[in-house]
Amino acid sequence: MRKRFFEASARERVHGVVDTDSFHEFLPPEARVSSPHMVMLEQPAAFDDGIVVGAATLDGRPVLVAAQEGAFLGGAIGEVHGAKLVGLIERARAERPAAVVILFDSGGVRLHEANAGLIAVSEIIRAVLGARAEGLRFIGLIGGAGGCFGGTGLIARCCDALVMSEEGRLAMSGPEVIETVRGVEEFDSRDRALVWRVTGGKHRYLLGEADAFVEDDIEAFRAAAIHLLDTPAEFSLESVEREHARLAERWQRFGSSTDAPEIWQALGVPADADVAMMNADEFVAMAAHCPGRNA
Amino acid sequence: MERLQYEVEARGAATARKPVLVGVTASGNCEVLVEAGGAPERCAIDVHTAAQGFGPIWQAVLRDFGERHAAGGLKIEIHDVGATPAVVSLRLDQALEAWEDDDA
Repeated sequence: MRKRFFEASARERVHGVVDTDSFHEFLPPEARVSSPHMVMLEQPAAFDDGIVVGAATLDGRPVLVAAQEGAFLGGAIGEVHGAKLVGLIERARAERPAAVVILFDSGGVRLHEANAGLIAVSEIIRAVLGARAEGLRFIGLIGGAGGCFGGTGLIARCCDALVMSEEGRLAMSGPEVIETVRGVEEFDSRDRALVWRVTGGKHRYLLGEADAFVEDDIEAFRAAAIHLLDTPAEFSLESVEREHARLAERWQRFGSSTDAPEIWQALGVPADADVAMMNADEFVAMAAHCPGRNA
Repeated sequence: MERLQYEVEARGAATARKPVLVGVTASGNCEVLVEAGGAPERCAIDVHTAAQGFGPIWQAVLRDFGERHAAGGLKIEIHDVGATPAVVSLRLDQALEAWEDDDA
């Protein structure tokens, strides 16, 4: 029976994605490495500060793994949460695993911790890029209820490859942030179809930001992560400049679009395709025939 | 925030286990960490709760828990964000089930 990624906790996801019984957690809950800020704010902490980190094998190969718990403060990155992830990446630079696999489920910086959270995000990005420059591979999985927004969205897009389900969402400003800042005319955060059309996994896959698209199934995420252990990964000044040029061109082309389907059709999705109703196999097969995807 | 500390009577538990965590620190929910430690006929429970002034209800829920389970010799710590008594009981049951299932 399929086990939904969306419904699972961070620890359940990790155990399901890596090889059975191979996960060894660093700083587990009983170590009580939790946020000093939450205590000062008189708010309940989480024993693990909302992130599970450890070592495991994936298809028999060593990996380091992190998983954010979206149900604790929206998976938001605080000082300790960030330090656990940076520490894991530093360890990867020393141990050279086949990949660092990060299961994102986070709305971004933990506002309770303000600057400490912002600094944590920048430290994570620096660690990811530093490790990639040394040839380490980063694979991100996005399919949790909290999505992947704000600083966490930036971290995700610094990875070599991303796996997303339709339920997974990826963006910079989240729907409620856009509505708060620009008004409900700009973006109605309660319009769920709109939210998933413009931030969901299908849109991100069509835009070429997600490298694999899977059903909401932990086993499917695992299979996709295994596949990505060996796909070509490049990180150089040239690859970054190419990506910037691609994004600039995309902005030129789609900057004035008002909704996702306009973009899909420009990329070659047939006008009569019912994208929202397609299962993963149908959608990936359809996307394979879109001339504009990844262009 | 309120911190409440209890010791309830309970039958002795199997204590040679790895710590177990269930639940999440989230609105209407709580996380429960179970570890070995303490007197064999007592269960020590340390509660950190966002909801002030519910001491007597915690006392009743935890006393029931001690009667229901062989939790003696265990140390339990709870981070609560306003879970109802039913949810707290459910999480405690789940935690003890996980503790007993663990064949480490």
